[in-house]
Parts: sequence; structure tokens; C-alpha cells
Amino acid sequence: MIEILNVVKKFKSVGKNNQSTFKIAVDNITLKIQRNEIFGLLGINGAGKTTLIKMLTGQIEPTAGKIFYDGKSFEENKSSIKKILGVVPQHINFDQDLNVEENLELHARLYGMKKIDRQQRINELLDYMELSDCRNYNVRKLSGGMKRRLLIARALIHRPQILFLDEPTVALDPQVRRKIWNLIEELPKSGVTIILTTHYIEEAENLCQRTAIISNGKLIAVNSPQNFCENLGKFTVDFYDTSGKSYKFFHDKISAEKYAANLGENAKIRQTNLEDVFVELTGRGL
Amino acid sequence: MIFRDIGTVFWRDWIVLKRRLAKFIFSRMVAPLLYLTAFGWGLGRNVQLASGSYLDFIVPGIMALNSMNIGFHSIIPVHAERVYHKSLEEYLLSPISSEAFLIGKILGAVLKSLISSVIIILCAEIFGANIFLSIKLFLVLILNSIIFAEIGFYAAMKLSSYEEMAQVNTYILLPMSFMCGTFFATATLPTAVKFFVECLPLTHASQILRNLTSGGDILLDSLLILLAYATAGFFLSLNALKNCQDD
Repeated sequence: MIEILNVVKKFKSVGKNNQSTFKIAVDNITLKIQRNEIFGLLGINGAGKTTLIKMLTGQIEPTAGKIFYDGKSFEENKSSIKKILGVVPQHINFDQDLNVEENLELHARLYGMKKIDRQQRINELLDYMELSDCRNYNVRKLSGGMKRRLLIARALIHRPQILFLDEPTVALDPQVRRKIWNLIEELPKSGVTIILTTHYIEEAENLCQRTAIISNGKLIAVNSPQNFCENLGKFTVDFYDTSGKSYKFFHDKISAEKYAANLGENAKIRQTNLEDVFVELTGRGL
Repeated sequence: MIFRDIGTVFWRDWIVLKRRLAKFIFSRMVAPLLYLTAFGWGLGRNVQLASGSYLDFIVPGIMALNSMNIGFHSIIPVHAERVYHKSLEEYLLSPISSEAFLIGKILGAVLKSLISSVIIILCAEIFGANIFLSIKLFLVLILNSIIFAEIGFYAAMKLSSYEEMAQVNTYILLPMSFMCGTFFATATLPTAVKFFVECLPLTHASQILRNLTSGGDILLDSLLILLAYATAGFFLSLNALKNCQDD
């Protein structure tokens, strides 16, 4: 289990009149993530999701607060805890001077894997990700989808117990996105806990058992996508009034239908989705 | 454990170097050949020194200059790894220590510097220089390349663009190349300039190497100054690495 207690991250910034000031990227977040769950961090770009991931993976230090993995302080056990973490970053960050296989080997060596094990694991993952044919390619020659799959393969080489995926399908076409979703869905079956940041509603709805909504560095709410929608009202009536497009939420379909009938032809009933929840809770769209 | 981690960081640099070894060796021959031709054969024929030929005088200076340049420039790719390719994150996320990463990278730079130094020594022999070779000479070359690899590493962690990295070359390395006793003895400089130049590491590396190649021994004061630079450079670089994502 991962426990995040009152975590704050401030970055130095330059304010008006060139005065030195601080920007709060993560603002007092407290959160618990259970073992073997797929947990989503949902927020717009700049909400603080990546900064939170960077603190959880030891790339940056929190300004305040504590992080615990299975009750162990991350600050005090960083090296041993890092061995059980895997990270798929938002951006492609391969070593440009190495080929596909060498990039995987470097990662395996950094995590102290023995020669036989790392060779076996590299072959296994290249097969699993359908990248065996390009093992000697320079990473620059790979397509966007192949690079994403290689990033996931690299993060899985050392068999992490917890995998962080930071916007894993950003800028990918729908087919590749679907393929990566299938891969992610399979991972908890082998005992991997997944923490996923996304600003794609569909991704959070399809993959995550629970989702935290983050806005301006603050944790707004945590729930399962289904519960979020049920609490708001499972049915939404979209309609146009004098202020433009508007909507109203209903817990039962009959009430929604009655309301829509009164409004006439410009009203439509649909299922409430996570985007509605996000807009309601944060006051802004994704 | 730390040795295995240092080995991993070095392994990465070694396989990249191995792939480009021939290109690296040929490119490293260009500058020493030009220096030896221009200053050894060309200018050197008209310069008489009490201690011997001008060629013998400039060879240790060129060796020091070369180990400075190779030490510094071998580390420059770390800047691109941090700022442009973001591949430095791979190391920061891994369980290896910052110390292991820094030492591994410095060792990579030292290896390149030593290969380059051997090329200069071979070229100098071909040009007819009389230089006394010893283990101490190579140890000083290693120490000098460590210092400049650390300077390069610190800059790579602190500076945000390639242009700024080039400015380090313009404002630090280039003036040192000409002022720190590579081509002339610093004793001839005006007192104030001499004092400033005597504070710089390349001056001391050149002085020790010049003494060693003419059959003398290590200059202890100069060695202590180089060791002080190397120690300070290590801790500054380590601190810069640990905080590089917070900037």
C-alpha cells in the first residue's frame, strides 16, 4: 500500500516585478493507494499529476509531507523501495546512442539484474511487446506506438511491484491506445499495482478502479469512476437555454425522461461520464 | 554494490565509445598534429629555450590542454541527456546512488582523455620530441581530466541550454588554453595576471607535466592544488546532480 501524507511541492518561481516567489505544484495531498489496484490521477495539464509522480518515484523531494510504501518511509528507504518501482514517463526518454536492446539492458543493469536473468527477461518482453524484430534498431527509428511499447517494456524489465504510467497513451492513435490499454489491464493479474496519470476521460473510465481528481495541485475527490457518476446522477439531460448549452443530472432514468420531455426536442438524455464529474468538481473542462 | 553501479554507468559510455572508436581516435589526432606542426615545427624552430627545444616545452602543455578539453567535452552529452533527451531520468529513477553515476561518468571521460593522451605522446615522438614517460605523468593526466570532467558535469547539471554550455568553453576553457602555461612559461606574465593564472588548475597541471617529462618529480604544491580542485569539483557536481530536477 502507498500512503501519501500531506505532501507539498513548491518550486522557485519569478513573480511580478521579477520578485522571487514560489509556485505550489502539489498542495497538501493525502492519499492511500491499495495493492494490485489500477489507480488514476485525473487532471488537466499542469494540475500537479506529474510532480506528484516525480515525488512518489524519488526524482524530486517533497517540500513537506511523507510518503510510505508498505509502511516504510520512502525518504529513509529510497534505494530499496526504488527497486520495486517502475516508471513509464510521459515523454520518450530513451538513450539516443543505444539501440532497443541496449536500452533495455542498461535498465536491467541499473536494477542489478544478473546476466542470464536480464537476457531472458529482455527476450520475453520484446516478444510480449512485439518488438523482437527491431531489437537492433536505434530507438530514433521506432514509430510513436513502438516507442510507447518499448517504454512499458523497459519499465517492466526488473519486475516492479508498482508501476507508474504518466500519460501512457498521449498522442497515440486509437488502435495503439487500445493495444496499450489491453497491456495495462493485464498487469494487475501478475501482482502489479498501477498508478496512472491521464487527462483522457475514456482512459480513466476504462482502466481505473479508483480515480483521484486533481486540480491546481489540490486533491479534489477520490472514488471509483462508477461511484463518481452515480453520486452525481447516472443520467444527464443536455439542453440549450438562454445561456447556451446546459445540463442537469438525475439519479433515475424516469425523472430524466420527464425532464427532457418538458424541454422538447433540443433535450437529449445520456449516461453521465467522468468528464461531467470533473467539470462539476473542478469548475473546468478537461 | 557501488562498484557494480559505477560499472553499469561506465558500461554505457564504453559501448558508445567502442562503436565510434576509430572516428574518436582520428578526430583526436587533428588538434595535436596542428599544434605540433604550428608550434613545434613552425614557430618552434625560431624559439630557443635554455631547458631544451620549444617542442619539448610545449608537448606537456598540449597534453595538459588536451586532457582538459577531452575531460570537459566528454561530459557534455550528459547535458543533452538532462535537458533535451531526458534520458538522465532513467538513472535518477533507478536505485543506483548519485555518487555511482558521477564516478561512472567521470571514468568514461578519463578513459577518453587517456586514449587521447596516448595519441599525443605517439605524435610527439614522431615529431622528435624528447619526453620522459612515467606512471606519475599518467596519474597527473588522469587527475587533470577528472577536474575538467567535474567542471563539465557541474555545468551540465546547472545550465539550461546548449548555448550556455558553449559559453563555458568560450569564457573558461579558451582563456585557460592560452593563459595557463601551455605555450609559454607563466613566470613571464605581469604579477597580477600571474597571481590569477597561478590559481587555475591547468597552470599546475602544465607545470607538473613539464617537470615530469623533463625527468623531474611531482611538484607537491601544484599536486595539492589539483587535488583540492578535484575534491571540490566532486562535491559540487554531486550536489548539482542531486538537485538537478528541482531547478
